[in-house]
Amino acid sequence: MKAADAIIQCLEKENVKIVFGYPGVPVGPLYEALRKSDIEHILVRHEQAAGHSASGYARATRSIGVCIATSGPGAINLITGIATAYADSIPMIAITGQVRTDLIGKDVFQEADIIGATDSFTKHSYLVKDAKDIPRIMKEAFYIAKTGRPGPVLVDIPLDIQNTEIEFEYPSVVNIRGYKPTVNGHKGQIKKAIEKIKGSKRPLICVGGGVMSANAEKELIEFIEKSKIPMVHTLMGKDGIPSKYLYNVGLIGSHGFKYANKAIAAADVLILVGTRVADRATGGSKSFGKVADIIHIDVDPAEIGKNLSALIPVVGDCKKILQDLTDKITEIDTKVWLSEIATWKKEYAKIRPTNLKVNPQYALELLSEMIEDDAIVTADVGQNQIWTSHYLDMTRGRRFLTSGGLGTMGYSIPASVGCTLAFPDRRVVAVMGDGSFQMSMSELGTIRQNHLKIIFLLFNNSKLGMVNEYQSNLYKNTYGVDLCENPDFVKLVEAYGFGGKTVNSNSELKGAIDEAMKSNKTFLIECIVSAQESTL
Amino acid sequence: MNKYILSILVENHSGVLSKMAGLFTRRGYNIDSLTVSITDDPSISRMTIVVSGDEQITEQIVKQLNKLIDVIKILELSPQKAVSRELALIKVTLEQNTRSFIIETVNIFKGNIVEMNAKSMIIEITGDEETVSTFIELMKPYGIKEVVRTGLAVLQKGSEMY
Repeated sequence: MKAADAIIQCLEKENVKIVFGYPGVPVGPLYEALRKSDIEHILVRHEQAAGHSASGYARATRSIGVCIATSGPGAINLITGIATAYADSIPMIAITGQVRTDLIGKDVFQEADIIGATDSFTKHSYLVKDAKDIPRIMKEAFYIAKTGRPGPVLVDIPLDIQNTEIEFEYPSVVNIRGYKPTVNGHKGQIKKAIEKIKGSKRPLICVGGGVMSANAEKELIEFIEKSKIPMVHTLMGKDGIPSKYLYNVGLIGSHGFKYANKAIAAADVLILVGTRVADRATGGSKSFGKVADIIHIDVDPAEIGKNLSALIPVVGDCKKILQDLTDKITEIDTKVWLSEIATWKKEYAKIRPTNLKVNPQYALELLSEMIEDDAIVTADVGQNQIWTSHYLDMTRGRRFLTSGGLGTMGYSIPASVGCTLAFPDRRVVAVMGDGSFQMSMSELGTIRQNHLKIIFLLFNNSKLGMVNEYQSNLYKNTYGVDLCENPDFVKLVEAYGFGGKTVNSNSELKGAIDEAMKSNKTFLIECIVSAQESTL
Repeated sequence: MNKYILSILVENHSGVLSKMAGLFTRRGYNIDSLTVSITDDPSISRMTIVVSGDEQITEQIVKQLNKLIDVIKILELSPQKAVSRELALIKVTLEQNTRSFIIETVNIFKGNIVEMNAKSMIIEITGDEETVSTFIELMKPYGIKEVVRTGLAVLQKGSEMY
């Protein structure tokens, strides 16, 4: 069998249904093999979107996303998608074509060292030099991407290798001597953690994206229910935990809620679960969690002690560790502590700015009420991300996907494409600003071609709002942030055959959301927002 | 700032060195010396990396290196429990009145003169890092033309294998 066919067979063995890609000559044999297979190929309009769509698909389905790009510029365009997935620990396989083996290093047409270029943000990468290695490499790539701390794996395959005849046998087991991720938490450490928690008066759990990566929401809730310990979450930790859940205090960090940060500062034992407590979560504060004894649960040992030193580290799969903790924990008397937090929550309840045009916070509250409980919402990067993280109400089953780690603008549209293809029957909403919309609007073509139904909630303040806000606060002046003379966004989407409506005031919002929800095609709700609306 | 010696077993295939070096660059770690060679198992190479830093940085380096799929095993060696050797070649200027002093020093350090002409000689010195450094210092007044050092080769003492 041709190696190209073998690659596609490997994808089938790994249960891949959809790949996002953009063809070129060096992936010619692969595309010919793909044509003959049952795997659906989604032609994106820019390789970056292939990465984001695969990543959105992976998060929505909790499986692995696959994207394909050709050599040179195709592979290079994929980089932003790969780096975004890496920063958020999303399992992804990126397959890139490479020039012929005998031409590598000769600077030929469309040659680029994609392995070298992506070394620092792939979990692992392979340049296939011998076609016989393909089944093993593909098996390993999938295994590495999804186990331990998930992440993107890149497989770079030269054109001549794809055309080589090989014997195909898909390995049943993986044995990589340098890769043995820890699953079970150390018993002694778990015991220590339990003792520490039992002796605490103001324990607090801090939930990160790792809880979702490990599919451990259920285990987390079970632990909370039994122990009665409240939780806060990071931006990545918002996904999957109901906002109105009694013990969910809310978002922490530089753009989080004051009361949640206050809870962190006042806690005596802080249980970090699947979070790296990076700068955005700590607000850059050196005093973060300084008072508390820290129990740090993470699958990646390198995260422990990197940003914060932990008293009790527990390395392993947080699903398993939370189960172990639940087994051994007893109810902690947190009544006083909970009421204390409740008081702060009342005290610091966010005061809304005056309603200038459309109030984005209100728009998100209204959207939360109107859309289905199991809707999937993607948010872009900028003010829209912060507003969504504050005001999108996470009902049980609802999902929230955003580029939390790398903060990649242009994420929301292609990610929503991935989500829609994963769950055609579920509501998918992409929240964005006028800046982020224009960074990925080429994907309107992908959406049209595949007849996808997505709601775009676009906050148009004719500015790069977040930078505008930052410059105004820091320099009392702004520069390079004006998006004046924006196109007519509604007309633009209409050109693709989608519906759209411009909303100028809060009172028109409900009608617009209703129309969008009833529409049988993609619909843009363009909210005109004052540039004075801020996130802080 | 302390010195730490990391003895690292890695998969012996192309690209591994660049992944390791890339990690050091990206995270801002400094390498004092690096040696790479294959082991008795041709599929495995041993890298000996000497780094300076505090304990926390070194712990991070070890953890980050361990995340690389191609890294099989890392052993942090303490100088007391390990034997370390470095080889240096030093090209020194020769003059009529300095020749015998240089040869005397080479003998004291159990070095070899591996090449000699009317104007210069190349001296081979083997020893731990400090011995080599001391020798180079002693040669400086005579005029060093060029120096090359291999970096440390280190093995743990005792009969255990790892």
